[in-house]
Amino acid sequence: MHELGIVFYIIRDVKAVAAENHVEHVSTVVMDIGGVSTVVPHLLTDCWRWAADKEELLKGCELKCNIIPAVTWCDDCKQEYETVKHGKTCPHCHSGNTWLLRGNEVEIREIQVKELRC
Amino acid sequence: MNEVKVIEIKKSVFAENEKDADALRVELKNKGVCLLNLMSAPGSGKTTTLIQLINRIKDKIRVSVMEADIDSDVDAVKIKETTGVPSIQLHTGGMCHLDAEMTRQGLDNLDLEETDLVILENVGNLVCPAEFDTGATCNAMILSVPEGDDKPLKYPLMFTVCDLVIINKTDVMPYFDFDIERCKRYIHQRNPNATVIPVSAKTGEGIEALAEWLRGKLSC
Repeated sequence: MHELGIVFYIIRDVKAVAAENHVEHVSTVVMDIGGVSTVVPHLLTDCWRWAADKEELLKGCELKCNIIPAVTWCDDCKQEYETVKHGKTCPHCHSGNTWLLRGNEVEIREIQVKELRC
Repeated sequence: MNEVKVIEIKKSVFAENEKDADALRVELKNKGVCLLNLMSAPGSGKTTTLIQLINRIKDKIRVSVMEADIDSDVDAVKIKETTGVPSIQLHTGGMCHLDAEMTRQGLDNLDLEETDLVILENVGNLVCPAEFDTGATCNAMILSVPEGDDKPLKYPLMFTVCDLVIINKTDVMPYFDFDIERCKRYIHQRNPNATVIPVSAKTGEGIEALAEWLRGKLSC
């Protein structure tokens, strides 16, 4: 349900970048979404469609979600493992002394703008 | 011919909110106001616990309350009627959380010169409020016994961001399979620094310990 709030943040940030770069229309926004970020990509794109079409700058603009698989690091056996499969406990040595390396991202990677060239 | 120009951003969508939240924390510190962000699932007893707590501390500490909900003002009215402290209702406009900007708008409606402690009762939800930094001085959450002792495993972020976990409704413990030691273990797996205080807002048990924790926070 927080996807709508996140969409408002994306719109605010994209508007700022567009103004800085004198862009009038954005065709695509590319997001990096971590596998354990608690953001559900299809809910994010649903909320995006509803909110983005209300903005001249973002009418019809597509939101693409690039999923970053979550990886955890075990401090005891110094190995990485898949977070979603094993959670907080290391599958190699069963330690709980583990830290998320990546997979928590909710980042705007880039925006794409179609330019008319003669 | 159409060409696509790419503008790289590489920025977390939470970055702006975190900046706002940090600025708000500094402002509050300079004003000598402590902001406690209280979170939990709906029905865990946030309002009842607050009433008990406020009635215990209000003689020495000037408290104000901000109630955040999607709709209605039942909580703000209840707090005002039962404790007499200033209490305002914030509506989130359908959103499941408050962020730093919404919190600031709420604070603008309180007289901070006459306040030592603002308690923000966040929207009842164990997921979204943990994602958005409100600018609070400290974060607390209530887990009630009927919800089960496994919640720290299911909603890890909430337990990671909280300085204090209040385990409420200890009076009904005999009727539920709630193992408080197991629950503490799960909480500390997620957040080794969390303080855990068991209370019963109904009987008043543990409320003094809660008040003591808060006095400690206010003195620093």
